Amino acid sequence: MLKRTHFKASPLPYLLVAPQIFITVAFFIWPASQAVYQSMLLEDPFGLKSEFVWFENYQLLFSDEIYFSTFLRTIVFSSLVAFLSLTVALLLAATADHVVRGTRTYRTLLIWPYAVAPVVAGTIWMFIFDPTLGIVSYMLHGIGYEWNHRLNGNQAMALIVLAATWKQISYNFLFFLAGMQAIPKSLIEAAAIDGAGPVRRFWTIIFPLISPTTFFLMVMNIVYAFFDTFGIVHAVTKGGPAKATEILVYKVYNDGFIGLDLGGSAAQSVILMLIVITLTVIQFRYIERRVEY
Amino acid sequence: MARVLIENITKSYGETEVLHGINTDIQEGEFIVIVGPSGCGKSTLLRMIAGLEEISSGTISIDDRVVNNLEPKDRDIAMVFQNYALYPHMTVFKNMAYGLQLRKFSRKDIKKRVDQAAKLLQLEELLDRKPRQLSGGQRQRVAMGRCIVREPKVFLFDEPLSNLDAKLRVQMRLELRKLHRRLKVTSIYVTHDQVEAMTLGDRLVVINAGYAEQIGTPLDLYEKPATLFVAGFLGSPAMNFIKAQISADGKQARLSDSVQIPLHTGSADCGGKEVTLGIRPEHFSLTEQGHSTLPLTVDHAEFHGADTIIYGRLPGNDELLTARLPHIHHISQDKVLHLTAAPEHIHLFDPASGKRI
Repeated sequence: MLKRTHFKASPLPYLLVAPQIFITVAFFIWPASQAVYQSMLLEDPFGLKSEFVWFENYQLLFSDEIYFSTFLRTIVFSSLVAFLSLTVALLLAATADHVVRGTRTYRTLLIWPYAVAPVVAGTIWMFIFDPTLGIVSYMLHGIGYEWNHRLNGNQAMALIVLAATWKQISYNFLFFLAGMQAIPKSLIEAAAIDGAGPVRRFWTIIFPLISPTTFFLMVMNIVYAFFDTFGIVHAVTKGGPAKATEILVYKVYNDGFIGLDLGGSAAQSVILMLIVITLTVIQFRYIERRVEY
Repeated sequence: MARVLIENITKSYGETEVLHGINTDIQEGEFIVIVGPSGCGKSTLLRMIAGLEEISSGTISIDDRVVNNLEPKDRDIAMVFQNYALYPHMTVFKNMAYGLQLRKFSRKDIKKRVDQAAKLLQLEELLDRKPRQLSGGQRQRVAMGRCIVREPKVFLFDEPLSNLDAKLRVQMRLELRKLHRRLKVTSIYVTHDQVEAMTLGDRLVVINAGYAEQIGTPLDLYEKPATLFVAGFLGSPAMNFIKAQISADGKQARLSDSVQIPLHTGSADCGGKEVTLGIRPEHFSLTEQGHSTLPLTVDHAEFHGADTIIYGRLPGNDELLTARLPHIHHISQDKVLHLTAAPEHIHLFDPASGKRI
């Protein structure tokens, strides 16, 4: 049996983990607890003093219809982004798996968008679809479709979905491709001999075998659409027109820094934090089990 | 059941040709083994028959139908892979049923065929399991079952036993042989293991560096190896090769100044030539000292139970020779054993071309 006395107490291990602990405390635990604390404060209009109000901010939020509709909008937005980027990436990865010549070029081109900052991505798409300058809106006009995402809420939503999806495809593509290439080639050959054509092989062999990857990416994409799309929304629509593209993370910013409702904004970010914690827990608990086949 | 005809098959990757004109005629119901060292092109040949690898030139036909341009699924073949290639997300039943489902068999027929195969391979208890819950031998049997249910014209085996441990391999070898006797499906089996090849095959195709060195029954190949390669590859321990000169009358082979050995009368026409003698370790026998015996100075010996493998040298020759002698239990180093070999067991090869004389 190992006894405590076998080891001399040494400060070295503590020293070695200290930097990591420091980073976690300084950049996560401390701001998170500040947010929790602030979510229970009510600021006076001039920001001179604040009052501790317990859960009043949360009560206000949950009885607020605008918050509810923002929530719904966010769910629609993130499901669309997750679904579209997963589908397109899967299609691209499946074809990339077959490409023989120019594989590197093809892959590099597909991975590039991931290196583009969200704001830049948003700006690019904003220019392409700009109602007066944009090339696509010009072509759409040519076929008789009026595009103006500054006035039409649905068009604005479509545009940020498009921009957010475009950026996430690279990430999904990489994981899907890696997943597909991890499948032993002999499995595919066995299926080919068994009589399955390429499409059949994909759905009966490849797709089930990469389901752990798909599940992982689904969670990651939802997290992405929930939290990392702020830059895109901010650059393209600023949440408008008439809040048509205001998703949760944008509302936190809008209410807090524009509306100066610091308490309410903090309460919203605490809720967002709970969502991301839940998603992460799901991710860790179920991904292992889903791998079983 | 089908006849497989392989005519002048070559395979090139870019400029490099890896298979050079292989010809084989595989009879209906025959069990043929393609054997050779790793990297000799044997698996490539099998994959070309399966349709997984493009054929550079030549034709492969199954039952008089050229299959060069047919998809694997249209060739009516089944293949057992080295790593079994079982679908990890499907149960044993589904693994076996997959090919039948794709061929639109009715549910009832699928069940009947799978049950039949499962019974044959003793897999009945395992039908609901996933591949990862099976042992190596069981996976191997499932892979077999997946082929059997389809009742194809040809079975292809790509080193199917190489992932099993030694004991299981011997057992599966026996089962494979029994299975083939029962089903009588034309089978093409690739292996690098010469024991597997000798015990399983009706006929063997020995491939070396992309050339078919010899095709024949195991006995043929053992008794009359056509080339030095075949002679050295089949049989364990491997055949001894000794440089020698044939006497002018062709009746003796001089190994060195003091050592000579009588030859079969049939070797008269190569009198005076330099040759390579091939003698299998098991064809040596102990004898009294005489003027045509080989005095072997023992270097070391391995006791195997039924017999002993003795390594030693002949006078004036630095190469180790191997002799397999029964009933020798104790032998000391540097002792001289007098060996002889019957003339009919001495093989002569041309040292330049490696061909049998």
